Order: sequence, then structure tokens, then C-alpha cells
Amino acid sequence: MTASTPLPSPLPDAEAQCRALADLIRPSLTPDTALVGIFSGGAWIAERLAKMFNLPEETGMIDVSFYRDDFAEKGLHTQIRPTRMPFDVNGRRLILVDDVLYTGRTTRAALNELFDYGRPSAVELAVLADRGCRELPIAPTYCVWNLQLPDHSTGLTLCRREDQSLFWEVESYA
Amino acid sequence: MNITIKNARVIDPRHQIDRVADIFISDGRIIAPAPANFNAEQEIDASGLVACPGLIDLCARPGDLATDLAAAVAGGVTTLVCPPNLNPVLDEPERVERLTKQAESLRLARLLPLGALTRNLAGERLSELVILAKAGCVAFSQGQSPIIDTEALLRAFEYAATFNFPLWIRPQDYFLSRNGFAHNGAISGRLGLTGIPVSAETVALATLLTLATDTGVRLHLCCLSSAAGMAMVARAKADGLPVSCHVGAHHLHLSESAIGFFDTAARLDPPLRSEADRLALREGVRAGHAAICSDHTPLTQDDKLLPFGSAKPGATGLELLLPLTLRWGMEMGLSLPEILAPLTSLPATILGRDDLGHLGAGACADICLFAPEASWQVLPENLKSFSKHTPFAGQTVVGQVKKTLVGGEVVFAA
Amino acid sequence: MPDHNPQINANGKLTHLLSIDGLPREVLLQILDTASSFLGLADREVKKVPLLRGKSVFNLFFENSTRTRTTFEIAAKRLSADVINLDISRSSASKGESLLDTIDNLCAMHANMFVVRHAESGASYLIAEHLRQMEHDDIHVVNAGDGRHAHPTQALLDMYTIRHFKKDFAPLTVAIVGDILHSRVARSNIAALTVLGVKEIRIIGPKTLLLPELPRMNVRVYHDMREGLRDCDVVIMLRLQNERMNGALLPSAREYFKCYGLTPEKLALAKPDAIVMHPGPMNRGVEIDSFVADGPQAVILDQVTFGIAVRMAVMSILAGN
Repeated sequence: MTASTPLPSPLPDAEAQCRALADLIRPSLTPDTALVGIFSGGAWIAERLAKMFNLPEETGMIDVSFYRDDFAEKGLHTQIRPTRMPFDVNGRRLILVDDVLYTGRTTRAALNELFDYGRPSAVELAVLADRGCRELPIAPTYCVWNLQLPDHSTGLTLCRREDQSLFWEVESYA
Repeated sequence: MNITIKNARVIDPRHQIDRVADIFISDGRIIAPAPANFNAEQEIDASGLVACPGLIDLCARPGDLATDLAAAVAGGVTTLVCPPNLNPVLDEPERVERLTKQAESLRLARLLPLGALTRNLAGERLSELVILAKAGCVAFSQGQSPIIDTEALLRAFEYAATFNFPLWIRPQDYFLSRNGFAHNGAISGRLGLTGIPVSAETVALATLLTLATDTGVRLHLCCLSSAAGMAMVARAKADGLPVSCHVGAHHLHLSESAIGFFDTAARLDPPLRSEADRLALREGVRAGHAAICSDHTPLTQDDKLLPFGSAKPGATGLELLLPLTLRWGMEMGLSLPEILAPLTSLPATILGRDDLGHLGAGACADICLFAPEASWQVLPENLKSFSKHTPFAGQTVVGQVKKTLVGGEVVFAA
Repeated sequence: MPDHNPQINANGKLTHLLSIDGLPREVLLQILDTASSFLGLADREVKKVPLLRGKSVFNLFFENSTRTRTTFEIAAKRLSADVINLDISRSSASKGESLLDTIDNLCAMHANMFVVRHAESGASYLIAEHLRQMEHDDIHVVNAGDGRHAHPTQALLDMYTIRHFKKDFAPLTVAIVGDILHSRVARSNIAALTVLGVKEIRIIGPKTLLLPELPRMNVRVYHDMREGLRDCDVVIMLRLQNERMNGALLPSAREYFKCYGLTPEKLALAKPDAIVMHPGPMNRGVEIDSFVADGPQAVILDQVTFGIAVRMAVMSILAGN
């Protein structure tokens, strides 16, 4: 178990982190790379990345509600957005984009959903933050902010202001 | 045997009596005033209790005879009028005699049978009314079965009138009611239940009252359900027609909204109608136009565990007749003699029985002793009736019977 | 009226879908929103999501309806549920087994959801109440049509269709035409349109096919179809059952069509962009003219497509609550 690191104050600038994430990804971009963002934070980031990379296609958006493994306990989310996959995933190299990598369950759900659209040639994972507490054998391909939050009592969320700018919020459930 | 009931609050609606007094009984009859040398072999202390004439229930169909006559006396009912739609139908004198003998041998409540007006209640061929009357039928009825053919109805009226036999008829037009199972109104509309319009009652009443006028038959109308129906009966009475009626105790308290989400307990025949109808029925009883009956119906649990339209109509009633009548009377702000009249003096008059329904000298010593303020919870498993299904299950009611006497014998003691 | 609504569980969540009556607006909108997410599935390689994997959905059709049963079956299968179709109109019921005995038997087979079609109003309520008393809180009931009472999933797919084409409910005038008296679709649609707050609901039909209490349900009643259709945004045609066409309610299908059949000429009185809906199956030439049924304003086949997504939404929301 990695020792926990305290959260920096103030929290890092999420917009700057987006640019840093783009710099990490850029060297390995290929002509057939497509981005798929996970609602909602991942989708915002994916849109920014697509703009920075000047990708010709629309970005894919995934709402994993129908693939969640906690459906039996928590039921269906009241707000579900339709998954949108504006390209054929068969044979494509995909980068799955999320804001925070946590237990890994959302990533698993997103992978399952992706494969119901077809068989991509490769899937990578890009996240702004990896906060630890993994419950599945999943690791990011690209990650800007590595931190170890102590346990499930602290929540890290990416939020969007009315002017569309992104920022971090920390919630304590203790 | 001589019995004295001491210190009772005596309520005798017929004689408008409401006072603490003793009641003297000798050889099954009430004697008054007490003879100087009255020597009671049994004394019943009725302090704190009301003593009223035993209740007369104008419509109660026993399921199992022994069980339901025991339930009757537990509810203070000492006389019950039984409609002919039993199994088998009361259209043969032997059946009537067998039933009355069986009831007598139980030594519980008195059972007055209504004979079937037509054979097998089919509404076609007349039963042997004279022979059935000799066998013990106090009047003739079709139960819930119709006489569709108006000419057959007219002939039945004429024949009954010939011998001055009263006819007890449920006013419900066959065609307007045959497919329905709820009041044709807001609830049936919303729930998609086929409705029975009020006109099913008023159309039938118009026919029955016209034929009664023409033939001179003594007509008693069973289980009115609507304001318009009650108004027609009141008008006919005012016009001098020898007509009487009763309403079911349930209809004084419940309206169509009791159906809620398809509650089969609220499926009754005739159907529970609108709130305005309920209020008019309550007023009609208060005005003395109608007696109150239990409309006790034999049902099993399985009869009600069905979709609303397939469930059997009806409810248990014998043990709830007194509490439901007391509740009506209290809500109407009436005195005890006024409240108990539709269960005692009025039904006795309808039956033409001078010896029942009052506590005057010479009357049958049929007496109900009850605690007027004692409350109890209606728990189906605690009811004595064969039928346990009631829309009042779980409710708390007021008025608990403590002792019931029939013909000067204690037939029930709590 | 009892205060507990048997559709809502102790936590205030929708546990059965029995009727539109008594459901709050948010619940209706949640179902419609969820349905729109399911609509995209049809374009994918794998048309399934794993939400109801391992769950057993029993289609209990006490009244025959291949069409409705099929849409529920497709919906449940796209949610990865195991679907068992029981055509009870021919099996146990005819052997005298009571409705609730059938239910007890299926509960013992570990059913998770019952989709119930029954000829009697209130049958699904009876089943839901029985499940509550037997403490089967984890079994959900979807009413797929009970007698004349309710057909809530049909109403929801109708609402979905209206929202799809008209976006907003508030400014709409909606006409429902035909046999209201015997129609569970009409009752559920009136309830849904009322909750979602359309400007005006109109009911069009002869007095023999209407309800006594319609004026109290906040609807306007028309006997003249031309007058009733004027400036409508949505026209919902109801199916006229064969057995009601010739008899005491109506003299003939021909006369009915003349008075209440939807023809291009009558439809022209509605708004030019009005949509025409029908729950199916249609009686062409009785309640609707083929030119209208196959015309540009008809959205009848869209209703069928949306119906699957709406039923998926209902099943997944119930299963999760």
C-alpha cells in the first residue's frame, strides 16, 4: 500500500493539466486515433483534446450507466445521456478519456460498452488524475496528476463553470 | 322462567323510552308493569348497559346456519330475514320447513325466510306462494335475481296481492346492471371498471312503483343505493303507497372512493355510489323512510382474492350492524331511541309483527344488552361469522354486545 | 382513497409500473430520458446492454397479444434478461388455477419481473398487492394492459413520440378520437398528458363510447370530429374493436368511418404539421383512412420503434429500484 499524499492547496489548474495531457499523448498520435470521452468529466476533456489535436472527426461519448456493476445496489442513474459513437470502432485505435481514475470499475464498464460497438485494434486510457484505491487491474496509459488519496472518504471531482472552464473540487464524505 | 334485568338503560324506540329501569320477563314475554309478587329465578345486572329490543336484520344470508345464527346473536340480532337465494333456493315448502326447523332447534336467533317468488328464481313460473306461506315464508322475493319479463312481473304482483303477500324486491334493472360491478362514476371511469348507472335503480323503481300502485301489492324495496332512488320511495310514501324500504349499513358509511386501488372488499351489490348518494341514504334513514340491514353475505377469502370484476360482491355484516348503525346515528347527532328505530321498531312494522322490536308488555323477550361506549377493533379472525370479509377490517368501532336474549333465554353472553 | 400508492415502495421509488395515475412528472420524464439513451442501441453491432443479466422476466399474457408481448420480449432481451413467455390464456387459467396460485408458482421459480396482460381491470394491482403481502419486495410488475384500466407503457411511448416530434408539451392541443369507454390506452394517455401539462386535451367520439365523468378529467369533449380536430397538434386515433362495430353502441363500421374515421380531408383541419398516432393494430377504413395511415403525418411506425426503448427504460428503472 502506497502512503497517502496530502492534497496540494490550492488544487492544480485543471485547464493546464488538460494541456499537459495533450502533450503526453501527442507523440503517439496516429492518423487512425479516435477519442472517446466518458461522461461527464472525461467528455469535456476529450472535446478539448480533439480541438488541440485538430482531429477531423467528432469525439465519441460514453455514458456507462447501462454497464455499471453496482446497478443491483444503486439502481439506474436518474440522468443518463445517450452514448454517441460517431465512427466505426472496428480496427480503430481508441483513446478512452476520463477525468479521474479511481476503482477502475468505470473504465471496465466503458471497455465493455466499447466492445459492443465492435473490435478496436487497441484501446489506451488517458486521465487527468489517478487518485489510487484501485479495485481492478487497470492502469492509465497517460496520466498528468498522480496522487494517493487515503480512502473512500474523499472524493475528487472535475467540475465545469458557466464559462466552460474546468476546475477541481474535493468532497469529504467522512 | 322469570327473569329480571336490573338497572339497564332501557331504550325502546317504539314507545320512545330512554330511562334506567328494570325489565321483567316471564315465559319468554315481557311483562309490565311488574306484578307485586314477581319472583325472579334469574337476575341480570345490566348496570351501565343499554337494553334495547333485539335487532331485526331485514337482509342476512347465512353461510353456515349454526355459525351465522351464533354470529347474529353475538351482534345483538335476534331476528333475521333470510332471502330465498340460498342453495337450494327457497321455492319448495319442504326446504322452507327444513330451514326453519333447523334454525329453531339451534335456539339462537329467529330466522324468517322469504320465499322465492318464481321457481328457482328464474323469473318465469310463479312459485306456490300460498303453500310456501303456510310453510313459514313471511314474504316473497327474487333475491338478487331479476324478473326480466315485465308481464311476468305484473302477474306476480297481481297474484301476491290476491293473498295480501308482501313482495320484497331489489330495484335493479337487469340490462343496465348485468355487466357492471361499480357505480358508473368518477372511480369506475378512472379505473376502467364497467359501471352500473343510477338509472339501473330508478328505472326499476319506476316500474315497481307503477305496478304496486296498479295492483295494490305491499311492496318492500331492498337495499336502495342512490339519492334518486330514496327520493322516489319517499315520494311514493307521501303519495300514500304502502311501500317501505331498507338500506345496507355499508352504504351509510362508504362511497365509491372506498374502492381505492381495486379493493375487492368494497365490491358490493348494489354498488357503493357517490358521496352525494351516501349522504342522501343517511338522511333517508333519519327521516324514517328506510330500515337498516346488514346485507350479510356468505363469502370465503378466495371469493375476494380475484380481480375486481371477478370477485364476489358482498361482505360480512351481522356483527357490525349495531356498531355501524351507532356510528351513523352519532355522526347524525341523534338520540339512542332515534338511532335504534331503524333496527327495531321500523323493521317490526315492515314485517307486520306487533310482538317484535319493542319492550312493551306482551312483546317477545328478545333483548340486546350492549355497552354503548365500549370500543373494539374489527379483526376478521375474531368474527364469529362464516364470512369474515369486511371493508371495515382493522377499524375501531364503538358499541359492544354483552348479552342477547331471545324469547326470554340468554343465547349469547360475552 | 388509500394513501399508499402500490407502485411506489417504502423508499419512495417506483417499484411497479401499474398505471400512469398518481405518478409524478419527474418519474415520467426520467423514463422518457432513459428511453432516449436506449434508442441508440439499435445502431450498434451488439444491440444488448448487460443491465438485466441473470434476471428472469416472465411475460404473463392472460389475454392474447403477440405484438405487445413481442415488444416486451425484445426489450427484455436487449437488457440481457432471460425471457420466459407464458401464454396463460390457454394453460393454467383454463385448468382452474387461480391467478395468484400461478403467481406463487412463478415466484418459486425465482422470477424477477412480471409483465402482465390481463382482460380484467386491476389484475396487475392484485398481483402487486399479493407480492407485497408475500414479502417479495424484489419482484417487479409491469402492467402491459389490464382490462379497460391502464396501458402505461403505451402511454409512455406515445408521450415519447409526441416529445420527439413536438419537443415541448406545454403549447400542445392533443385530440384522442374514438372508443374512449373501452380503451385503457385512452385512460393512460389522458393521465400522462395531464401530468406532463399539455395546453388542451380533446376527446372526440359518440356518446356511446365516452365516459360519464370526462368533463371532470380536465378534457374537452367533442361529438363533431371536424370541430374537435381544428388546430390540433397531435391526433391519437384509437382502435375500434370488431365486436363493437355493429350493435347497440354503433350501427356500423361504415357509419363510424363517416363520422369518426380520420380522412385526409378531416386531418386538413388540424395544424399542417400535426402528427397522427395509433396504438395499433389499425383497422384501415374503420377508424383511419389508408391515405392518412401511410401519409407523411403518420408516425405510427416510429411509435413501435420508440416502444421498445421505452419498455427497456421502464424495466431497467424498476429492476434497479
